[in-house]
Amino acid sequence: MSDASKEWPLWEVFVRGKGGLSHRHVGSVHAADAKMAIEHARDTYTRRMEGVSLWVLPSAQITSSDPGDAAALFEPAEDKVYRHPTFYKIPDGITHI
Amino acid sequence: MDALATYALRLGDDSLILGQRLGEWCGHAPALEVDLSLANVALDQIGQATHFLNLAGALEGEGRDGDKLAFHRDVMDFTNCVLVEQPNGDFAQTIARLFLFAHYQELLFTALTASKDTQLAAIAAKAVKETAYHATLASDWVVRLGDGTEESRARMIAGLDWMWRFVDELFVTDEVDAAALKAGVGVDKAALRAAWDQRVDAVLAEATLPRPAARRPVLGGRSGRHSEHLGHLLSEMQFLQRAYPGATW
Amino acid sequence: MYTTDLSGKVKGKAETAVAEDPALVAAFEARVANDEFIEPKDWMPEAYRKTLVRQMSQHAHSEIVGMLPEGNWITRAPNLRRKAILLAKVQDEAGHGLYLYSAAETLGTSRDEMTEALLSGKAKYSTIFNYPTLTWADIGAIGWLVDGAAIMNQVPLQRTSYGPYARAMVRICKEESFHQRQGYEIMMHLAAGTEAQRRMAQDALNRWWWPSLMMFGPPDDKSPNTEQSMRWRIKRDTNDELRQKFVDITVPQAEAIGLTVPDPALKWNEERGAYDFGEVDWEEFYAVVKGEGPVAKERMQARMKAWENGAWVRDAARVHAEKRAAAKLAAE
Repeated sequence: MSDASKEWPLWEVFVRGKGGLSHRHVGSVHAADAKMAIEHARDTYTRRMEGVSLWVLPSAQITSSDPGDAAALFEPAEDKVYRHPTFYKIPDGITHI
Repeated sequence: MDALATYALRLGDDSLILGQRLGEWCGHAPALEVDLSLANVALDQIGQATHFLNLAGALEGEGRDGDKLAFHRDVMDFTNCVLVEQPNGDFAQTIARLFLFAHYQELLFTALTASKDTQLAAIAAKAVKETAYHATLASDWVVRLGDGTEESRARMIAGLDWMWRFVDELFVTDEVDAAALKAGVGVDKAALRAAWDQRVDAVLAEATLPRPAARRPVLGGRSGRHSEHLGHLLSEMQFLQRAYPGATW
Repeated sequence: MYTTDLSGKVKGKAETAVAEDPALVAAFEARVANDEFIEPKDWMPEAYRKTLVRQMSQHAHSEIVGMLPEGNWITRAPNLRRKAILLAKVQDEAGHGLYLYSAAETLGTSRDEMTEALLSGKAKYSTIFNYPTLTWADIGAIGWLVDGAAIMNQVPLQRTSYGPYARAMVRICKEESFHQRQGYEIMMHLAAGTEAQRRMAQDALNRWWWPSLMMFGPPDDKSPNTEQSMRWRIKRDTNDELRQKFVDITVPQAEAIGLTVPDPALKWNEERGAYDFGEVDWEEFYAVVKGEGPVAKERMQARMKAWENGAWVRDAARVHAEKRAAAKLAAE
């Protein structure tokens, strides 16, 4: 039977739910080319009016962060509380701030 | 049935029979994604059939609805074009049929949106978006198969060859079409031919496929003269309604 | 729809004990116990990976093979509304198979590999689909009972520990919410219809009842993987718990439309607040698991035919894409 290289490549599918929203990852499809990937994404992921726009991207093109680096990448943000508005105490009665 | 009702009936029969044929693919397509695509096209066609046949029944005014028309007529009373009843064959033959028909249907529905009959115009306005996608989907596959492997090319040529003799019927104007056209309800089908040729030729060129040679057209579907295939299709589709007369489902 | 718990042996168990770092295993177990989600690139025990690939691919295969018994009636649906509903439902099964294959692919097994495992008979799928659909009422019975059983299994899996699987299940559960209702609606119509239709409905219930109970898998004392799978949140309830729940919910639904559940031992147990019911024919279950279901050969033949007849199409599209890519490169 077939070898793995004969399989249509995998594409990641992103759908914009409605105008104003960003595209969100919803799943993947196999397709031989980009046009087919759009058609397959449409026929698979927007059958229930889920979207108004599609992105497809070859899965092989995605670079993702290493879970092993998660601590170094994300934990340093934890103590930067001054980036959040609730860090600052403003007296009651001061408005529009 | 008067001309206007018959006009709606023909539109409904075309969609119904094509939808029925495409439904046969469900669960058997070349890839999972293609199964989903074909089912979407079939669902669009069955939806269109439901609207057009219900309208035909209402215009007739004898109490027949879409189901009555779909499930209780014999071959000689079906008015679909012979093209849509052709067997699925292999995937290339199915694509050839959809390709030739969807471009016609898109042009037809586009024109029909200007119909004086507001119901026909409304159905066409909804359906034209569906058929535009069918035409694109089928064209893309014609290109892939035509300009794919040697085998796919040979199959695509054979598929088009099988279907080509039924093309002329799509553009024939008979007395029903003439009456509908005169009433401002129907479409001048002959006038669609040039645009259809242009679209089809462009896709065939991209697919590096020769245009099939002109041949003696097979006509007759609109007046109930069908191929042998339709009787078998109906015997399957109408089985339950025939076996259990009077039952509702 | 859902795959039956086929409870093969976990081959990974012995292999993993030697090779894996106990600290990694402990950290993994703690994360799972803490209701965290495991994602594709996270470290996971080999046995977890294998069990997941097996379960997700079995689940996907079940969706795909499950298209066949219902697909058998698309061309014969009795009216336009039913035809559209059935086609949309069977199409959903294709979509669900696709979501599940995709989820399994994140663990490094290709869809082609999984397909080949199915077609070679190595991989299993739900036993329920090896029974034939003889009448239109079977379409009602499948929606009502088989999808009903499936939903019971699938709802808890929305919180399963493997992220891609859980997300696929969320989408599947959302889409499937109409499947059971359309089935029950068909049965309701038939049960209230002509005498012939009522007979058809009862006959379908008679034939699908026991295979539906089998869908929950073997009894708990014969389901060796349950404990580990529950700890890993790959499975959230035991087979017998779900089976009991299904019986308790379904019997009143049958009664409401005047159909009789084909189990002489069925009796409400006041003390337990649940139905007592008869013993499933486990000999039949294991025979069907082994591929001896009444239409198992037809199902595999149909899948094989679709796969083989589709090969030239898949090849053509790939070759065409390669040609186009080469032409584009040459033009640059």
